[in-house]
Amino acid sequence: MNSNDTQVLDPELCGMDPLAPAPLEVTRRDFFKTLGCGVMVLFVVPAAIAQEGGGRGRGGRGGGAAAPAEISAWIHIGEDGTVTVFTGKAEVGQNIRTSLSQAVAEELRAPISAIKMVMADTDLVPYDMGTFGSMTTPQMASQLHRVAAAARGVLLDMAAEYFKVDKSALTVADGKIFQTNANRNQAVSFGQLTKGQKFTKTVDNSARVTPASEWKIAGTSVPKVDGRDFVTGKHKYSSDMKLPGMVFGKVLRGTSWGAKMISADTKMAEAMEGVKVVRDGSFVGAVASDSLQAEYAVNAINAKWSDPVEGPTDKTIFEYLKNNVTGGGGGGGGRRGGGGAPVAGAAAAQNAAPAAAAGADQTLKQTYTVAYIAHTPLEPRAALADWKEDKLTVWTGTQRPFGVRGELAQALGIPEERVRVIVPDTGSGYGGKHTGEAAVEAARLSRAVGKPVKLVWTREEEFTWAFFRPAAVIDISSGVRNDGTITSWEFTNYNSGSPGINSPYRVPNQVAVSRSTRTPLAQTSYRCLAATGNNFAREVHMDELARLVKMDPLEFRLKNLADVRLRAVFEAAAKAFGWGAVKPSGGRGFGIAGGTEKNGYVATCAEVLADTVTGTVKVVRAVTAFDCGAVVNPNHLKNQIEGAMVMGLGGALFEEIQFEKAMITNPHLADYRVPHFADIPKIEIVLLDNKDIPSAGAGESPIIAIAPAVGNAIFDATNIRLRSMPMIPDGLKA
Amino acid sequence: MPKVKELYVNGKTVPVDVDGERSLLSVLRDDLDLTGTKYGCGEGQCGACTVLLDGNPIRSCRTTAGEVGKHKITTIESLEKDGQLHPLQEAFLKMDAMQCGYCTSGMIMSGFALLQKSRDPSEAEIIRSMSGNICRCGVYQRIMAAIKDGAKALQTK
Repeated sequence: MNSNDTQVLDPELCGMDPLAPAPLEVTRRDFFKTLGCGVMVLFVVPAAIAQEGGGRGRGGRGGGAAAPAEISAWIHIGEDGTVTVFTGKAEVGQNIRTSLSQAVAEELRAPISAIKMVMADTDLVPYDMGTFGSMTTPQMASQLHRVAAAARGVLLDMAAEYFKVDKSALTVADGKIFQTNANRNQAVSFGQLTKGQKFTKTVDNSARVTPASEWKIAGTSVPKVDGRDFVTGKHKYSSDMKLPGMVFGKVLRGTSWGAKMISADTKMAEAMEGVKVVRDGSFVGAVASDSLQAEYAVNAINAKWSDPVEGPTDKTIFEYLKNNVTGGGGGGGGRRGGGGAPVAGAAAAQNAAPAAAAGADQTLKQTYTVAYIAHTPLEPRAALADWKEDKLTVWTGTQRPFGVRGELAQALGIPEERVRVIVPDTGSGYGGKHTGEAAVEAARLSRAVGKPVKLVWTREEEFTWAFFRPAAVIDISSGVRNDGTITSWEFTNYNSGSPGINSPYRVPNQVAVSRSTRTPLAQTSYRCLAATGNNFAREVHMDELARLVKMDPLEFRLKNLADVRLRAVFEAAAKAFGWGAVKPSGGRGFGIAGGTEKNGYVATCAEVLADTVTGTVKVVRAVTAFDCGAVVNPNHLKNQIEGAMVMGLGGALFEEIQFEKAMITNPHLADYRVPHFADIPKIEIVLLDNKDIPSAGAGESPIIAIAPAVGNAIFDATNIRLRSMPMIPDGLKA
Repeated sequence: MPKVKELYVNGKTVPVDVDGERSLLSVLRDDLDLTGTKYGCGEGQCGACTVLLDGNPIRSCRTTAGEVGKHKITTIESLEKDGQLHPLQEAFLKMDAMQCGYCTSGMIMSGFALLQKSRDPSEAEIIRSMSGNICRCGVYQRIMAAIKDGAKALQTK
């Protein structure tokens, strides 16, 4: 068998086995042993760059690898001219396999088809912390631009020797190098230059990269590089992987979270045909030659568990969060763009509001809530683990291959060098696949039974035993003058965190505090983290203030907004939407909202059709304007923005995890409603392509504006103000 | 449950030796290596496992191998003929109607079934026919466009 990522290593090259594992700390010779002849270009960056970031991984769950952090990427140019790029980033649907290929093709002046990406295979790629935080484009793509530009320099040096001319007399185009003033037919291809070569060149980040204004491949709508494999069903996800002798695994789950196993009688399961039961403390599972038999076996285990722990339910959670503060928390992160006072800490919050309200004509105090929601990736957690001769290889869908390697090493008590994690392009993650639960379970079973084990979580397991976007309570107190000037702003988030906590509006007295609380559910990162809830609260509150002073919601925002880029997206969205035009009557309403996150600037206008009698709300259309600096792939960017808006609609309108007695009570797609075809508005995207600003990642930030835009539109249509996400889980109630 | 000894898949009879209680999805994927059809929920709610039974879209996760009998099963693997993609597959590529791609097989099979019955489906008809298919990445608007484009391509074929 073969993973998608390793197929690119051609076994014909120098007679090498493409699956031969290469140790991470590779020597020069090892590179060529794995790859065949050619030229290897290593990119060395200061450790600080390679290590920055961190996002909200799963601290304390293993996974911290000691890393050769100074090498962040490498490129191999083979004898057939194929350019193989090695990166630890994982493809989960954000189309980085394509966008990173564009970065390399651009700098090497090579066609996209010449670029092969080897991604997220811990034996083959440099250490990478993980694919999260919208860091792939600002960090990995810019590093690949630099390493590829340096590689072009290496090839030019070789060509200069080949032609016996100075390299300034040479031009690179279409994967070939020719003398600028001579016949192009005498061009030398990359493959001709690298034939029979075996050398490694280490480069730093001094190479000049092509500015976005001169991009010819980056900046264009290159189609998904392996799109054909998806429309034909040929692409192999982790759950599609197979090995000879493979069996199917299933693990026994507790009856509530935190439940302790009292006893487990496995006799009946053990007697079943073809079943092998594995038991290691409270880890109990079974393998069989088909998945149904494994399921039957686990169902046949008679286990007793301790009673559920006392705790809140989805009905009492918000009161619980406010009553269970564990930390004063800090303010938000660094401010971006717009004006306003720096954010103070918790202590200041107690005094600021009364003083700040002094200059206000009117004040407003409101509370907003955000429910726990589930990522619900369509491919649930899945792994194929192969324990063979003390070496463990696991194929699994995760955003942190090296983190999961650490988890596996820790869980099995073996050194990381003996663990290889391969991440085939995965059926999405949205921030929810940072960990390796299925990988660890499959590995434990594989070691116990001495066979490769595939283990795929059911949808119910995914809903119950994975992680959730944190619930939140958000309190806002504000003051405003009748001319529309905001005079004070006090914002407190309970539980979900600080991303997006700072208002981008210019307010002289601003306090933003994030308070950590106890949480009954396992929570983790989610597309844009807390920024979705924090932007919802702020932008709904802004709408409420605008109504209070009888101003148009857009005009009110612009009056208080200095940030040039945020103003620009508000104006662009409003223009494309026709904001200010007379709205059709009869239950229709318009809403607007915007914000900035992870260096993306977003504004959304929405039109809804609401019926207070039947309780139905239809989002009719939505226009989003977005600025993330230089656009890398316009069509894929639009696709990401559309997708983020649709996903955002789910959390805005109906997605909500329900729980009581330490158990999820709606762990099925029939009871947990995600957006369907019928829920989708007509979506229009306006891209502001700022070529002079470095590209920011864009898979996350476009999610933040749709919920408040829709909420504000519902108010516009009905005078019903909705302050809880989801807004209409049971329909609109007057 | 009696064993199932053969199935009629993608135009030919294939021998199998499986418990009739097992899901058609599992048999297609695990025994016949037709992994283009995906498991998404096992509850018939997401459509990732959509295959055709005598031309009608069904949820293979909720259909047992024993129920299928001699009915004709069509999976995503059969749409490409002699290296030529079906116009609907081409349309999905043209409209970039995917992100992670995990729903794509099911979407194409549901759309393919619709276009077999309706040459020029209206938007409402597409929404109705596709209502059992979930794309968590949210590319619905593009899938709608791809189905319309595929319909157009089939008409001019």
